[in-house]
Amino acid sequence: MSAGTAIALVVNGEKIQAVVSPRTTLADFLRQDMQLTGTHTGCEMGVCGACLVLLDDQPVHACLIFAVQADGCAVETVEGLTARKAVADLQGAFHQRNALQCGFCTPGMLVSAYGILSSGDVPSREEIRDALSGNYCRCTGYEAIVDAIELTARERQETGARQEA
Amino acid sequence: MKARAFDYTRPNSVQEALQAFAEAGGDAVYIAGGQSLVPALALRLQAPALLIDIGRIDELRGLDLADGHLRIGAATRHAEILSSELVARHAPLLSKAAPYVAHPAIRNKGTFGGSLALADPASEFPAMALALDAVIDIASLEGNRRVAADDFFLDLYETALRPGEMIRAVHVPVATADTRAVFDELARRRGDYALVGAGVNASVHGERIEQIRIAFLSVGATPVRARRVEELLTGTSLTPETIRLAQEALDLDLDPPGDEHTPAEMRLHLARVLLGRLLGRLGTSS
Repeated sequence: MSAGTAIALVVNGEKIQAVVSPRTTLADFLRQDMQLTGTHTGCEMGVCGACLVLLDDQPVHACLIFAVQADGCAVETVEGLTARKAVADLQGAFHQRNALQCGFCTPGMLVSAYGILSSGDVPSREEIRDALSGNYCRCTGYEAIVDAIELTARERQETGARQEA
Repeated sequence: MKARAFDYTRPNSVQEALQAFAEAGGDAVYIAGGQSLVPALALRLQAPALLIDIGRIDELRGLDLADGHLRIGAATRHAEILSSELVARHAPLLSKAAPYVAHPAIRNKGTFGGSLALADPASEFPAMALALDAVIDIASLEGNRRVAADDFFLDLYETALRPGEMIRAVHVPVATADTRAVFDELARRRGDYALVGAGVNASVHGERIEQIRIAFLSVGATPVRARRVEELLTGTSLTPETIRLAQEALDLDLDPPGDEHTPAEMRLHLARVLLGRLLGRLGTSS
């Protein structure tokens, strides 16, 4: 068994070189090697959605990818989205609408929400629910989360319309 | 749980991947999307010495038309099937089933070929490959061969793939002006494994059903075609009476297992309900 495999990837805009054991998942690599603990590990089998990150701009489960498979890719975590204020309005809406209680699921929710809102359209509540169908929240009952995402979508569209006017 | 330690290689071609498998003495597993394989490794249901990553091999990707068939590269992701206009036009049944495949984040990584190779009887695409009369193009060091979907799914998670073989592509006969395709499933929660699901791919001229293929998921160890019902419906036109007869005859084709949550009788009942809904919709869909 080889000691490790060299990988090069971009994490939150920063070029990273690392040597990882092939069996290390991207979630464990981000949390333990990169200290990016905003990516949560819940079920570690692709069910709960707490570990969602963007891989080349697509939401994926960091627990269902080995870090070696992300070699050459761009990864963005909730820390990256927060730092470049890509989800500041979503975070505000989550706060305003009480869309979190314990907060464990929130990073995954934000990544899913970022994904569905990236088209620029205002999704229906049904579409938002479908986008969140792989995200478990055991506190809120989802209504407030759907509200917060819907609110953000509307506000973004209004802001966009104002800027074009 | 974490996966047992393994070596990792990412070959650039199918040939290199097949060779890597042979050199590992067979103690290897191909990984494409990995959306079912990674949990299986974490649970140590599988513990190979070598993981061969085929997810970025160019010749396994892409959707194109040739010889009256839509060729779907094995490493095509579920999300690509869902959004492809080529698929919507030429294999509408796949477009209709794709929104039911797992969750959006899984669809961004999971692959069409991987779903067929795994052959989970609760998955949508293996059953749709049956309904579409797809042909599976398989690569091995001994050469390539093609297997009809009808001969591909042998038992629970067991397919016609021999050790070391790999799906290169799946060929689906393209839809015609007479093609009607409908899909639906019954699940307790959106995105959950279906209690029962089915796809129908039919050729309907005027009112008459010229050809029909019906495939169910979640009704046994493999995806299952409802052959007796297909025979019954071929050459008829869909009326409330023929639909009722088809529903009644479904127990000739299906013998679903029961469990503590879903007794066998309930699953068969749900399959009949679903068949009735799908046939009712068949006349109005394209």
